[in-house]
Amino acid sequence: MHELAISLALIDEAERVARQHGARAVAHLRVVVGPLSGVDGEQLARAYSIARAGRLTAEATLEWSAAPVRVCCEQCGATTDAAAQRLLCADCGSWRTRVVSGADLTLQSIELIDARH
Amino acid sequence: MCETCGCAVATERPAATETITVMRGILDQNAAQAAHNRAHFEAHDVLALNLMSAPGSGKTALLERTIDELAGRLRCAVIEGDLETDNDARRIRRHGVPAIQITTGATCHLDAAMVHEALHQLPLAGLDVVFIENVGNLVCPASFALGTHADIALLSVPEGDDKAAKYPVMFRAASLVLVSKADLLPVFEDFSVAAVRTAVQALANPAPVLTVSVKSGVGILDWVEWLCAAVAARRARPGAEPSRAPAHFSAAPFAQPS
Repeated sequence: MHELAISLALIDEAERVARQHGARAVAHLRVVVGPLSGVDGEQLARAYSIARAGRLTAEATLEWSAAPVRVCCEQCGATTDAAAQRLLCADCGSWRTRVVSGADLTLQSIELIDARH
Repeated sequence: MCETCGCAVATERPAATETITVMRGILDQNAAQAAHNRAHFEAHDVLALNLMSAPGSGKTALLERTIDELAGRLRCAVIEGDLETDNDARRIRRHGVPAIQITTGATCHLDAAMVHEALHQLPLAGLDVVFIENVGNLVCPASFALGTHADIALLSVPEGDDKAAKYPVMFRAASLVLVSKADLLPVFEDFSVAAVRTAVQALANPAPVLTVSVKSGVGILDWVEWLCAAVAARRARPGAEPSRAPAHFSAAPFAQPS
């Protein structure tokens, strides 16, 4: 249940952006959850719905989407889709790959109410 | 209400919404604190290691044995993370090294801020290695960088050899995987160390997989050698890359799994 701690970090970040723009409140958050970030999107949404109270996010809805897991092969250079527990190159089968999508947990955008600047 | 005719149209201007693109990591604040911790370790030429596993995999027992083995060679200290009790810190202190206990209460992982508080209670100037024993949990600790140079994942034989595939976030980031309680391998005939190696490799992780047993002593010398080489490698490359991604500990002193 580290999703609660992550929700609080998300709300801190949303408030920081809201204050920076002089906004009255936050209306909506869009988050991208990488399957390799170790965070479950459903759980994050549930934890967020409790954690948002009493902050500029009190009325803000959360929308999350899963990032695709993609790897770039260091042998053949191809970038292909992969499964979280099997990060092999789909083209040549090599395990010498680098994850290029799916490891991050990102606050993509935020809708502010009455932003002043 | 409209002041002109009394109709129900609101006269207050509607709230204006504006969409701002942010594209920032939600855990950036923890990452910044982790970088700060790293700077503390680097400033004192200390190698910091994050030990993670399920509860009961033998992290504390391994550390107790390791401290005894390293006596006179490397100066160690331990930061212990548990939900409750200071049992583990007391066990470590009996071996003559400093240990700081973090009790997290209901929190299922250590984060960089907790480690920062603890590291200020350690005499970093007189140390070579700081072990951070994370809360026993194969899920949550994997999401929080602490500022350590390497993550080490333990997997004990009774847990089964499929854990790396089941907990990819943890095992993908490990710079070293230790199969602990290896003295039980003859009893748990289904457990295949080769299967662990294959699963770790399927996570695009070149980390070596070593078998160790505190009870029989098997693999302890390899592990100690890995530690000494890691200290030497870090000193040879000050400002080495952070450890969250698997390939970063490329100075790993052991042969890559084939």
